[in-house]
Amino acid sequence: MYYGELSGLKLGAATRDAFGDALKELGAKHPEVVVVDADVGNSTRTEPFMKAFPERSFNVGIAESNMVSVAAGLASCGKTAVCSSFATFLLSNAFDQLRMSVAFPKMNVKFVGSHSGISIGEDGPSQMGIEDVSLACSLPGVKVIVPSDAVQTAAATAAMLADHGPIYLRTGRSKVAILYPNGCDFKIGKAIQLRDGSDVTIIANGLMVGAAMDAATELAKSGVNARVLDMHTIKPIDEEAIVKAARETQRIVVVEEHLAHGGLGSVVATVVSRTVPVPMAYVNVGDCFAESGDPQGLLDKYGLNPAAIVAAVKSVIG
Amino acid sequence: MAVSIEELKAKAKQLRKHIIRMTTAAGSGHPSSSLSAVEMITALYFGGFMKYRPQEPHWAARDRFILSKGHAVPALYAAMAEAGYFTVEATLSLRKLGSVFEGHPNMLRMPGIEASTGSLGQGLSLGLGQALGMHLDKLDSRVFVMTGDGELDEGQVWEAAAAAGKFKPGNLTVIVDQNGYQQTGATKDVLDMRPIADKFAAFGWHTQTVNGNCQANAVAALTIATNIKDRPTCIISQTQKGFGILPLLEAEGDLNYHGKPLSPALAEKAIAFIDSN
Ligand SMILES: Cc1ncc(C[n+]2csc(CCOP(=O)(O)OP(=O)(O)O)c2C)c(N)n1
Ligand SMILES: [Mg+2]
Repeated sequence: MYYGELSGLKLGAATRDAFGDALKELGAKHPEVVVVDADVGNSTRTEPFMKAFPERSFNVGIAESNMVSVAAGLASCGKTAVCSSFATFLLSNAFDQLRMSVAFPKMNVKFVGSHSGISIGEDGPSQMGIEDVSLACSLPGVKVIVPSDAVQTAAATAAMLADHGPIYLRTGRSKVAILYPNGCDFKIGKAIQLRDGSDVTIIANGLMVGAAMDAATELAKSGVNARVLDMHTIKPIDEEAIVKAARETQRIVVVEEHLAHGGLGSVVATVVSRTVPVPMAYVNVGDCFAESGDPQGLLDKYGLNPAAIVAAVKSVIG
Repeated sequence: MAVSIEELKAKAKQLRKHIIRMTTAAGSGHPSSSLSAVEMITALYFGGFMKYRPQEPHWAARDRFILSKGHAVPALYAAMAEAGYFTVEATLSLRKLGSVFEGHPNMLRMPGIEASTGSLGQGLSLGLGQALGMHLDKLDSRVFVMTGDGELDEGQVWEAAAAAGKFKPGNLTVIVDQNGYQQTGATKDVLDMRPIADKFAAFGWHTQTVNGNCQANAVAALTIATNIKDRPTCIISQTQKGFGILPLLEAEGDLNYHGKPLSPALAEKAIAFIDSN
C-alpha cells in the first residue's frame, strides 16, 4: 500500500532520488553549481552529481557545521552552492551556521535535507527530521520547499537553482505516488490545487499530499467534496490560495509529516486567523519523538494516514 | 616590499588611535581585542600582501580578509578607512543606529567586508569555501582568515582545519591572534588549546609561530606564508591583548579588558601614550 494508490495514482521515485537525478542533469548545464557533502551523499543523493563533477564536489566529512559554512564561502565567490545531509542533522547540527553564514548574508546556498519525517522507519527517531521545517522557517529570508512527488521535486530543484538566495529543500526517503504524471507547473510560493471541492480544503505537503488525495477520495463516497491544495512552499506562503480556500470552503485541515510546532499548520493558521478565520484541524506528528518501526506502521500509529485526515475533516464539518 | 617597516609602524599607530576613538565614541565595543591584531592587519592591508581596490570592492581578482573574530572589527574599519574605503570620521558612527559601522562585520551593508561574522568559529570554514571557489575560477587570489585564540575552542575550527588539510588550498592562510585571553579570563585557564601550531601541523598545514605585535615579524611571517602554494598556512601570531596601551590597562588592573571601551579620559591618555611611544 502507498499513499495515492486509492486515488488511482502510480508509484514513482522517492523525492530524494528525483532531487539527485535533477541535480546531476542541471549540473551539466550550470557550471556554477557546486556540491558540498558531509559523508552522506549516497543517502541524500548528491552522489550522482559528485561522481559526474568531482572537481566541483567537496566531501568535508561528518561535519555539518563546516559543510554549511564552506558552502557559504563558495557562494560568496559566485557559486550556487548545494549542501545536504539528513534533514535533522543539517538543521539541528548546523543551525547557527545556517543563520550566520547563510541566512544573514543572504548567501546563494541551497540546503537540502533528506530523511524527513517519520516515514524513514526502522532507523528510528535519531534520524527523523521532524523539526526541520520549523527551524528553516525561522531563518529570515530563507525560502522553504517541501515537494510531494518526483516530478515536482525535479521542477523544484530547477526552480531552486534558478532562484538567487538561500533555500531549504526537504526530501523524503520512501517512494511516493506520482501526483503530476503530466508535468508540474512549479512556481516557488504558488500552491497547486490538485482537486477542487466546496466543503473543506485539505492543505498538505510532501508525502502527505498523496494521503490527502486518498482521504478526499474516501470522503467523496460519503458526499463530502474536499479540495486538495499541494502547499509545496511554506515560505513564502501562498496567502491567496489559503484565503480563497477559507472563503470558498469555510473549513481547513492542514496535513504534514512534521511536529505541530512551527510547520505548515502553524503558518497556515497564522494566515487564516488574520484573514478569513474558519474552523481548522491539524494532522501532524504532534509534540513527540517517534520510534523505530516499519514506515506504514509508524504512519498509522502516529496518525498520519488517510483515515486520520478523514477524521480531522469530520471534526471541522461537524 | 615598497613600504618600509617604519612606515607600517606609523600606520599601526594610526589604526590604534582610530580603534580607541571609535570605541570610546560608541561607548561600547572591544578595543583590547582589536589592538592585539593591529600589526598583522597593518601588514596585510599596507604591506603589499593583499590586492584590493577600495573603489571597486567587488573586483573579482581581489584577495580577501575574513575577520573571524568579528568583535575586533574596529581594527578592520580602521584599516579600511586608512586604505580609502571610507573616511576615518565616518567610523566614529560605530554602533549607532543607522550607521553601516555595525558592532560586528556585516558584508551586506559594507562592501569590502568579506564575511559577516560575530558567531565565533565559522570564519575558517568560510575562508576554506572561498579558497576553493577561487581555485575553481582559476584566480590567483588568496584568503586570509584571522581567528582569536579563544575562538579555537569552537569545534568547527577544527572541522575546517581538517578539511583544509584534505583539499590543500595553497591560497588559504589563517592567522591565529594568540593574545592569551578570552571573554572570562586567560585562555590557558578557560580552555587551553595549546599546542596550537602542532594541531594545525597535524592536519597538514604549514605553520609558523611569531611575535605578532612586532611589525617586522608580521611582515616576515606573511612573506613566508604567501610564498607557500601547495598547502594551507597557519601563523600563530603571539600578541598581547590591548597591545600599544598595556601600561594603562595594567594600571586599570585588567589586562584582558574584554569588551570594554576606554572612558573618554582614559582614551585621551591612551592616544597621548601612543603618540609618545
Ligand atoms: C559562538 C560565540 N560564542 C560566544 C561569543 C561571545 N564572545 C565574544 S568575544 C569572546 C571571546 C573571544 O576570545 P578570543 O577568540 O580569544 O578573542 P579576543 O577577544 O581575545 O581577541 C566571546 C566568548 C561569540 N561571539 N560567539
Ligand atoms: Mg584571545
